[in-house]
Amino acid sequence: MAPSHGAPPVFNNKLIAWIDHRLPIFTYIEKEYHTFPTPRNFNYFWNFGAIATVMLVLMIATGVVLAMNYTPNADLAFASVERIMRDVPSGWLIRYLHMTGASFFFAAVYIHVFRGLYYGSYKAPRELLWILGVIILLLMMATAFMGYVLPWGQMSFWGATVITNLFSAIPVIGDSIVTWLWGGFAIDNPTLNRFFALHYLLPFIIVAVVALHVVALHVHGSNNPLGIDPKGPQDTVPFHPYYTMKDGFGVTVFLIVYAGFVFFAPDALGNADNYIPANPLVTPNHIVPEWYLLPFYAILRAIPDKLGGVICMFGSIGLLFILPWLDTSRVRSCAFRPVYKWFVFLLAINMVLLGWCGANPPEGFFVPLARVCTAYYFFHFIVLLPILGKIERPLPLPPSIAEAVLKRKAG
Amino acid sequence: MASSSLPADAHGDATRRDFLMVASGAMAAVGTIATAWPFINNLNPAADTLALSSIEVSVKAIAVGQAVTVKWRGKPVFIRHRTATEIKEAEDVKLSDLPDPETDNARVTDTAKKVRPEWLIVVGVCTHLGCVPLGTKPGDPRGEYGGWFCPCHGSQYDTSGRIRKGPAPKNLVVPDYLFTTDTLVKIG
Amino acid sequence: MPKKPIRKQALASVAAIAALCVGWAAVAAEDEPSLPSRHWGFQGPFGTYDRAAAQRGFQVYKDVCSACHSLNMLYYRNLTELGLTQDQVKGIAAEIQVPDINDDGQPIDRPARPSDHFKKPFPNELAAAAANNGKAPPDLSVIVKAREGGPDYIQALLAGYVPFDKLTPEQIKAASVTKDDNYNTYFPGHRIAMPPPLADDKVQYVDGTKATLGQEVSDVIEFLAWASEPHLEDRNRTGVRVILFLLAMAGLMYAVKRQVWADKH
Repeated sequence: MAPSHGAPPVFNNKLIAWIDHRLPIFTYIEKEYHTFPTPRNFNYFWNFGAIATVMLVLMIATGVVLAMNYTPNADLAFASVERIMRDVPSGWLIRYLHMTGASFFFAAVYIHVFRGLYYGSYKAPRELLWILGVIILLLMMATAFMGYVLPWGQMSFWGATVITNLFSAIPVIGDSIVTWLWGGFAIDNPTLNRFFALHYLLPFIIVAVVALHVVALHVHGSNNPLGIDPKGPQDTVPFHPYYTMKDGFGVTVFLIVYAGFVFFAPDALGNADNYIPANPLVTPNHIVPEWYLLPFYAILRAIPDKLGGVICMFGSIGLLFILPWLDTSRVRSCAFRPVYKWFVFLLAINMVLLGWCGANPPEGFFVPLARVCTAYYFFHFIVLLPILGKIERPLPLPPSIAEAVLKRKAG
Repeated sequence: MASSSLPADAHGDATRRDFLMVASGAMAAVGTIATAWPFINNLNPAADTLALSSIEVSVKAIAVGQAVTVKWRGKPVFIRHRTATEIKEAEDVKLSDLPDPETDNARVTDTAKKVRPEWLIVVGVCTHLGCVPLGTKPGDPRGEYGGWFCPCHGSQYDTSGRIRKGPAPKNLVVPDYLFTTDTLVKIG
Repeated sequence: MPKKPIRKQALASVAAIAALCVGWAAVAAEDEPSLPSRHWGFQGPFGTYDRAAAQRGFQVYKDVCSACHSLNMLYYRNLTELGLTQDQVKGIAAEIQVPDINDDGQPIDRPARPSDHFKKPFPNELAAAAANNGKAPPDLSVIVKAREGGPDYIQALLAGYVPFDKLTPEQIKAASVTKDDNYNTYFPGHRIAMPPPLADDKVQYVDGTKATLGQEVSDVIEFLAWASEPHLEDRNRTGVRVILFLLAMAGLMYAVKRQVWADKH
């Protein structure tokens, strides 16, 4: 999408012009975040990229400040977190912001991904944009997993034990890899220390990949709910003030829900067992990860074979990397795919069901349910997408975005 | 930043829009500052640090002519039980002889304004560059003025802890202290 | 050309997910007797701690629980948050001997100061377990947050002991309990290592309140809830202000958004 202005912007302020002549950040901002032509028909699903960015910044800010008082030593970690909660000025607030922020960061990203799935945002020419997003998701999961170990509660310790033990399923070198990961013969102080170092590092790598993600986005511009390319200025609006203000509104509403949890139910999304200091000699009754990892935990446990479970769990995300090539439909948006759209909703419900399975012990009806849902997950991507893309008859696409918007206004 | 062009009949709208923009900008600024405050406040001393900001020391066991060192806020504090000679020496010094003029009386008054000349309490950090002066332990060199001697650059303090000779610019700091009883002093 | 295409389907999915969540909650509760629940004064967005009750609860902790249960994360100075004066706190601390080392590096006992942590009843975890039939009594600093059901669970537990002679044969068989065990209705597995800690008149309340079992339980929970979450009232107060501010901000931003988009809709 070429920008609508050809000439570079002129700045009246002498200081800004001086800086910009030497390092064109202001020209960049003007082009990419002010005049940048953006489809005019976004719905509120398009807010969630900005919301996720706000949450990333918040997580880093709260995390750095927490790190000033946290001690990554197995004997001192739990007490250092409690010291932050009690003695450090506003420590309880920063801790709850960080703890709840992880959940809301994932919530925003999952909604953002759902938008991508429903509207075909992963399809050409945005394949690399999508892949960068999957990389961000993986980095987030690694960061969150290690972060959860840091308070050194029962769930921290035992969740880490279960997940790191999985790598022993790898034939021949599995056990060596696990010892290497642990830095010892079990999860202990060396593991905690390195998890802290990596947990501090990874978010900055996420920032770098997010930057690439946004750069890739700006090459061809955003997708939109109709999935058809903008054809001219009548189809777009400048990013500022149209979407800066709409994003501002969306972020504020999101923050209201976030604040509700931070201030009035901070432990609602967590597990009570993590307020028990880690004890290597006592295993909790039910070992569960945080809610945002539950669906993948369910997939892991659904397969009776240990190595098979590991392959399927990582495979479920690995599959997302090749999604742009699995979907054979010529049409991007599910607004015009009357059959497939129901399967996208089914996939969403499937993920919730998988999460439910992951939260419960693998007994009774949860066992077949998890297996059915896991099977559906893989069926959806490997079988349904390629076949349906070829045989589905899409609805006729509107001639342009502007005409569709005007028609909706009139109709 | 260039603003979007206004429709022809929108003068009232333009004013309303400006007001809304200014109001929301102001509110966003307030919100940002209110959010930034807990982060900045987070770096202030924590409650456990503040709880140790004052200590209580029993001076019952310190004999006349003896001195001890206690730790307060991470620094050494000298408590000397002065002899009558030391007190007289300190009181007789002419203020014009002092690089940092201060009466001895002012340096042995607690926060309840009670003067106890036999107790000198000073922070044991040389006001030059921060070394711990010698003179508290028996056998330590005390310098020419009978107080303390800093081995780092040769500053010399008298029996009231005032600088007399050497590169240090100021007298040894007297912290706020209060004798809650005759033998119990709260420092800080 | 579908009008507002996604909203209907999205609403249907949300309804389905909501129904599932209700089912989730129902299934998550195990085959245990359901926890009797009551409203505690510190629950809800406007919750506060009953300081008089918490002071009585502290007395229960001091006179009964502290013999076995540590309160490691708290300092004596924290008690001023319950309304005790600095001098009262100094006095309470001074009655307790805590280990320290003297100037010669030798271990001694000295009276506690407000800046000290609460005294540990046992020097370490192993000693605690050895003195208590192999099971170390848990630290109580965050116990209310560390148990599913929170204050309701602790209330049910403390009041849920059943003497052996009052048990039915089914209960005895199901829990494999003998007369040397302590049977508790709400403890998972029913056999709890702790004998019933509280009873009527176990403590003599300083403020004269009648010390029934129910009163002691309720008071000690108020104390323990405060111990687990001392900044609750600050959190609630700040939360109300933050959400009111954000609601106003959202209203303003919505007006701005409508104003900006007026010519495009």
